[in-house]
Amino acid sequence: MKWLKDFITDFGWPRIIIALFLMALFIAAPFVGVKLGPSFTDVFNRFGQNAVMVLALVPMVQAGCGLNFGLPVGIVAGLLGALITMQIGLTGFTGFVVSIVFTVFFGSLFGWFYAALLNRVKGEEMTISMYIGFSIVMLFSILWLVLPFTKPTLVMGYAGEGLRRSISLENYWRHVLNDNALTIQIGSVIFPTGLILFVALCAFFMFIFMRTKTGTAMTAVGSNPDYARASGVSINKMRTSATIISTIFGGIGILVYQQSFGFVQVYDAPLFMAFPAISALLIGGASVNKASIVNVIIGTLLFQGMLTMTPSVINSMLQTDMSEVIRIIVSNGMIIYALTRKTKVAK
Amino acid sequence: MSEPLLSLKNISKEFYGNRVLEDVSFTINKGEIIGLVGENGAGKTTLMRILFGMPVIAETGGFGGTIELEGTPVVFTSPFDALDAGIGMVHQEFSLIPGFTATENITLNRESLKRNFMCDIFGERMSILDRAAMHNRAQAAIERLGVKIDPETLVSEMPVGHKQFTEIAREIDRKQVKLLVLDEPTAVLTESEAEILLASIRNLAVQGISVIFISHRLAEVTSVADKIVVLRDGKVVKETPAKNVTIRDVAGWMVGRDVKIESHERTLVENRVYLSVQNLWVDMPGETVRSVSFDVNKGEIFGIGGLAGQGKLGIPNGIMGLFPAGGKVLLDDKELPLNNARAVLEAGLAFVSEDRRGVGLLLDESLDWNIAFTAMQIKNQFLTSILNLFSLRDAKGMTKLAQEYIQALEIRCTGVKQKAKELSGGNQQKVCLAKAFALEPKLLFVSEPTRGIDVGAKTIVLDTLRRYNKEYGMTIVMVSSELEELRAICHRIAIVDEGRIAGILPYSAAIEEFGYLMSGSAKEGGAA
Repeated sequence: MKWLKDFITDFGWPRIIIALFLMALFIAAPFVGVKLGPSFTDVFNRFGQNAVMVLALVPMVQAGCGLNFGLPVGIVAGLLGALITMQIGLTGFTGFVVSIVFTVFFGSLFGWFYAALLNRVKGEEMTISMYIGFSIVMLFSILWLVLPFTKPTLVMGYAGEGLRRSISLENYWRHVLNDNALTIQIGSVIFPTGLILFVALCAFFMFIFMRTKTGTAMTAVGSNPDYARASGVSINKMRTSATIISTIFGGIGILVYQQSFGFVQVYDAPLFMAFPAISALLIGGASVNKASIVNVIIGTLLFQGMLTMTPSVINSMLQTDMSEVIRIIVSNGMIIYALTRKTKVAK
Repeated sequence: MSEPLLSLKNISKEFYGNRVLEDVSFTINKGEIIGLVGENGAGKTTLMRILFGMPVIAETGGFGGTIELEGTPVVFTSPFDALDAGIGMVHQEFSLIPGFTATENITLNRESLKRNFMCDIFGERMSILDRAAMHNRAQAAIERLGVKIDPETLVSEMPVGHKQFTEIAREIDRKQVKLLVLDEPTAVLTESEAEILLASIRNLAVQGISVIFISHRLAEVTSVADKIVVLRDGKVVKETPAKNVTIRDVAGWMVGRDVKIESHERTLVENRVYLSVQNLWVDMPGETVRSVSFDVNKGEIFGIGGLAGQGKLGIPNGIMGLFPAGGKVLLDDKELPLNNARAVLEAGLAFVSEDRRGVGLLLDESLDWNIAFTAMQIKNQFLTSILNLFSLRDAKGMTKLAQEYIQALEIRCTGVKQKAKELSGGNQQKVCLAKAFALEPKLLFVSEPTRGIDVGAKTIVLDTLRRYNKEYGMTIVMVSSELEELRAICHRIAIVDEGRIAGILPYSAAIEEFGYLMSGSAKEGGAA
C-alpha cells in the first residue's frame, strides 16, 4: 500500500479527485444520452485550443514572477498580429504563419515594457500584473476604434471604421490546424493531429528552452534571487526574458485559440482570458513558484475535459443550463486553492 | 554606602539547553558607574533583558537567581515594571519618533496635562498638553546631562549625537529614575560627541544616578567606570575597581581563553602579493566598510576578524559585487571591476557567503543544481551542445560532479537529488564550499564558515579549507568572528574595527594583542 500512498502524495489529492470526477462523467455520459465520440473530439480540440496559453505561464512562474495574470498583454499582441495580417489580406496557412511573425514582434515589444514595470514591483507581481492586464485591454479597446483598419470584413458596417466585436476567420485561417490533411478520424472521434502537433512543438520548444543555460539561470532566479545574483546572474535580465517569452507565447496561444474558435474577438474579450489558463496550470499541479510542462499538459486536459463534459452531462441530468456557473466555480476555486498552498508542488 | 542599589545574585539562564549565563553576581552602589564588557555572545544582552523583565526571558523558561533592588527582591514581568521601579534603558538603536521635537520625545506618554471641561465628561484622556511645562521639563532633563540642545528641534533634524542625548534625557526625565542602562551608547557617536556623553554620564553619577555602561570601546569603559565587570561565556570572569586597570588587561580578560593553537607548519610557498585591496569602502547595512587596505600573499590563508557590526563581513561582500563598493582591488596586478558580481567570478574569485540559506543555497533545488549552477553560468561547464545550435544542461555531468564532492567533503545526504533545504546546517555549509570549489577559484573568500554548525562539521570544514590551501595552493581569505578558528588555520589575521583595519598580526601573536585591536584602542595602527 505504500506505493499507493506515495503516489497520492506525489500526484496530489486535487488532481486525483478531478481525474476521478472526469472519468465518472465519461462513464455516465452514454446513460444520459451524451455521445462519447463527439465528446472526445471536443476535449481534444479544446485542449489544443488552450494549451499554448497555459504553456505561456511557465517561464514567468519559473523566474519567480508568479502566475502571469497579465496574460492579456500577450493576447493583445496576438490580436494585433492577426488583425494586421488580415488587413494585408493574407489567408490560409501563410496568413497564420505571418500573423505569428507579427505576434512575436509585438509580443517582444509589449513584453519588454511589461517586464520593465514588473521589475520595479518585485514581490507584488501577481497583483500588479492583473491590473496591467486589465489596463492594456481597455487601452486597446480605444485603439481598436482608432487604428486605421479599413478591410470591410474587419470594420463595422455602418460607420466604415472601428473594428467589429468579433471578426470571422472563415475566409482567412479558420481551422487551419484543426482541420487539415493530418486530421485522423476513428469512428465518430476526430483527432486534430495538426493542432496537437503544433502544441507539442511549442511545448518542446519550452522544454528545450528551460534546459538551456538561460533557462537554468531563470529557474535559479525564481528559486533564490540572491543565490543567482551571487553566481553572477542578472536578476532583472532573467525576469525580462521570462516575461517576454511568456508574452510571446500568450500571443501565439490566442492565435491558436482563434483559428480553432473561428473568430477574432476584440474589445473586452481578452479581459478574463488569463483565469482559465491559470486554473488549468494549477490543476496540473503547479504552484506559484514552480511549474513544468507536465503540469501544463495534465492541467489543460483535466480542466478542459471538465469544461467540456460537465455542462453536457450535468445539463442532460438536471435538465437545466449550469455550464457557466460550474465553469466559474471550478476555475476561480482552483486559483484560490492554489494561492493558499503556495509552496507545495506536485510532480 | 550602606546598602547596594541593585544586586544581582547567582543569575543563570538557559536557552533551549544552551547555557548563556551562569552564576552571574555583582552589585551596583548608588551613584556608581559599572562598565560591563564582553565579546559578542558573552551574555551582556541577555543579562540586561533579564534585568528589564523582557517577555522573551519568561517565554524561554525564565531565569535562575534573584535580583534585589535596594535590599528587596524584585521580579519584573514586563519592561513597564522595570521602568516603574526606576530603571531606565537606552538601547543601541534609537527609539525616537523622527517627526516629533525633542520635548515631545522626552515627555512622550508622560506629558504634562491641563484639564478642561471635556475631562469631566469623557475622562482624563481628553486633557490638553501643557506645552510650557513640557518644555521646561525637557529643558531641565537636558541640562542635567550638561549639554545644550534646543528642546524644540525636530529629532529628524538632529545630528546623531543629539539624538543619543535626547534618548538619555527621556530616561532621566522620570522622577524616580535610579539606574540607567546604556547599551553601546557611543557606537554611533564621533569621538568628540562621545567625550561629551562620557562627561554627562559622570555628571549623572554625581547626582546619584547609577549607570551600567556597556561598550566595546574599552578606552571609554576604563576612563568612565568606577568598577568593571567582565563577562565571558556567560560567567563573570573579573569584577574589579577600574582604577589602575589598563585596556590591555581588560582585553585579555575578555577574550583570554586557553586555546591550544595547533602548531601545524604554516610556511608560504612564494612570497608575492596576490590580492591587493586599497581603500575599499562598502555600503553593506550593519557592516559598513569605511576604508580598508591590505595585501594577501599567494597561497596564504588570510584571516579577517573583529566584532560583529564592525565591517568585516562587508569586505568579501563588497569585493564580490553583492553590495555597493568603491576603491581599488587588484588580483595578480590586474584591477578587478567592483559592483559586478559576474566579472569578479569570471576573474577567478569565489565566495562562500555567511548567509548560507539566504545567499548560499537554492533551498528548493537538488544538490547537483546547487553545486554545479555557478560553474555552469560562469564557466559554461555542464552544458552539452546539440548540433551546434543550442546547448542544454548536462544532467549526467552535474550528477557526477555532485557525487564527487559529496564523497570528498563527506556530505551526508540521500543522494544528489535531495533538496538542499533538507540537509543539516553543517552539510549545507559543505554544499556551499563544494559550489565554490567547483569554480576552481584562484582565490576563495569564506565568510563565517562555521557559524551555526556542530563541532564535527566545523572540523571537516576547516580541514577542507586547509587541505585545499595546501594541496592546490588555493589562496583563501577567511572572515570569522571566532578568533580561535582564525588562529588555528590562518597565516596572518587582520582585525577590523569601525570599518577600518585596526592591525594585522601573525597567527602566533598573543591573544591580548588581538583583544587590544578589537577594543577600538588602536585607531592609528593601520595596515601593518
